[in-house]
Amino acid sequence: MKKVYVNEKWCLGCHLCEYYCAFANSGKSSMIKALKDHHIVPRIRIEERGNISFAVSCRHCTDPLCVKSCISGALSIVDGAVFIDSDKCVGCCSCIMSCPYGALSHNENGVIQKCELCQKNEFGVPLCVQGCPNKAIVYEER
Amino acid sequence: MAIDFLYPQYEVIRNPQRCISCRACERQCANGVHHYDVDFGCMMSDESKCVACHRCVSLCPTRALKIVKTDHTFKENANWTGKAISEVYRQAGTGGVLLSSMGNPEPYPIYWDKLLINASQVTNPSIDPLREPMETRTTLGAKPQAIERDKDGNLVDNMPPQLTLNIPVMFSAMSYGSISYNAHASLARAATALGTYYNTGEGGLHQDFYQYGPHTIVQVASGRFGVHPDYLNAGAAVEIKMGQGAKPGIGGHLPGIKVGADISRTRMIPEGTDAISPAPHHDIYSIEDLRQLVYSIKEATHYKKPVIVKIAAVHNVAAIASGIARSGADIIAIDGFRGGTGAAPTRIRDNVGIPIELALAAVDQRLREEGIRDRVSIVIGGSVRNSADLVKAIALGADAVYIATAALLALGCHLCRSCQTGKCNWGIATQRPELVKRLNPDIGEKRLINLLTSWDHELKEMMGGMGINSIEALRGNRLMLRGIGLTQKELDILGVKHAGE
Repeated sequence: MKKVYVNEKWCLGCHLCEYYCAFANSGKSSMIKALKDHHIVPRIRIEERGNISFAVSCRHCTDPLCVKSCISGALSIVDGAVFIDSDKCVGCCSCIMSCPYGALSHNENGVIQKCELCQKNEFGVPLCVQGCPNKAIVYEER
Repeated sequence: MAIDFLYPQYEVIRNPQRCISCRACERQCANGVHHYDVDFGCMMSDESKCVACHRCVSLCPTRALKIVKTDHTFKENANWTGKAISEVYRQAGTGGVLLSSMGNPEPYPIYWDKLLINASQVTNPSIDPLREPMETRTTLGAKPQAIERDKDGNLVDNMPPQLTLNIPVMFSAMSYGSISYNAHASLARAATALGTYYNTGEGGLHQDFYQYGPHTIVQVASGRFGVHPDYLNAGAAVEIKMGQGAKPGIGGHLPGIKVGADISRTRMIPEGTDAISPAPHHDIYSIEDLRQLVYSIKEATHYKKPVIVKIAAVHNVAAIASGIARSGADIIAIDGFRGGTGAAPTRIRDNVGIPIELALAAVDQRLREEGIRDRVSIVIGGSVRNSADLVKAIALGADAVYIATAALLALGCHLCRSCQTGKCNWGIATQRPELVKRLNPDIGEKRLINLLTSWDHELKEMMGGMGINSIEALRGNRLMLRGIGLTQKELDILGVKHAGE
């Protein structure tokens, strides 16, 4: 199955993936409408120190700890990818505590959000990958 | 603080309705033009640092940025232009030689644009390259002077070593040091994939790139950096650099700050020391001396590699080329005055040398007249910008062309001409690791392959239009060219008729 993989060797630390992620999941028709004067809460985050940087988003683990720890059954695996049903989420944050990558977070409304490979939004392919200027984030079969 | 006489050349125009303050511009500008102002809650810019490299413009996700030339003006003066005045201010402020990079940007004539290509109509059929075979493969090197047979009458293979190019375009010399590791990797990989050659420049060959040796031309320049027997034998050909179009008559200087561990190892010089290439080769003061070096290299490479001698196009280029052809060189490379550089004194770059079109025509004509044209191949460089320039160059007598500026443009260069600062935002002309990584060779290789593949298509279309189906039939075929808006003297030198004749 295709997943988002990160190659820190080519990451420039430009943070554009974060903005493309926030736009992709905003439901707005343009990036300006979605992000102008808006504090973004993206599902992919750049970790950086000095000249080293890389993007962190859900690894879609084969045996995900977040799914195991979810007390409400909101997290589930569909065709190898981990999805969240926000209607079921009770906001207990167990998934955040259990994820070793720090790939889950709250959205603006306190509901848990995570990378769903842009499968649930209108783009269908991860926009962070499309927006990365240096192929540091790729969407491929491995 | 002393008065700064200089007003910034460019203005950074930010559309506040589009800017989302993502700060990508700030993070991507090595010159420090952009910053986010917390108090104002918006992006600000210091245009005095802008070099117009367009990195921020290209990465801005909402197209909120553009760079424009400032309309701030001096009192109009056709003689003392704003540029002339500013250059005096700069020198009065620093006491230094003005430095520039890339090719001569001054408005001298571009002869490519004053030559028109022929096409077949009615009496001789044009060829459709999509339906009929079209040969753009060419070989470079000295051709046999006579047919030899052994005592049984069988042909003796007396073909000197050749370079085979699938497309008559090679990537010209750019040293590791002047350009980055990733730029070299992109060129090496693309040359291999395309079946052509790239050139190491004078900075030696990084150990990682020996694997691309069959598609590498290794250079020997006056500084002899990184030259050793394995290096000479690693490449497909060896080039002796006598001169460079951007700075004929002078040497080179790679500042010590760019000589890191890797470059120091590759160039075989101590880390952090300036790499200074002398103006002349200190062992070459005549054609006879050049012949000694040519044959030293042939000896060291067991007579298996063609030797190229590269010169800048200068006033007596035809006579010099004639000497080089007689020195034993297999290929002559001529670099015109528009040729690029990583750093050169501005006055030399902008005022020394001659246009490559005239030099090429003069050299080809001279070698033909002397009956030695087959003893060498001619490769020209110095601003071949597109496939039409390529066709015109071959029709004027070139066997192949060298491109470098076009190749760097394909890699992302925006010709901001600030290579000498070492802060290339595109990861090309820099050695700073955080900038070098901006050029991913996977992307660079693909873009170079795309560029030359498209040129190859266009070359075939133009050749087909002329009813020509091989490079051999186009080479030196000046009847396929007509001049436009040229004087009789220019037409005579170019060896072409005027349009309508």
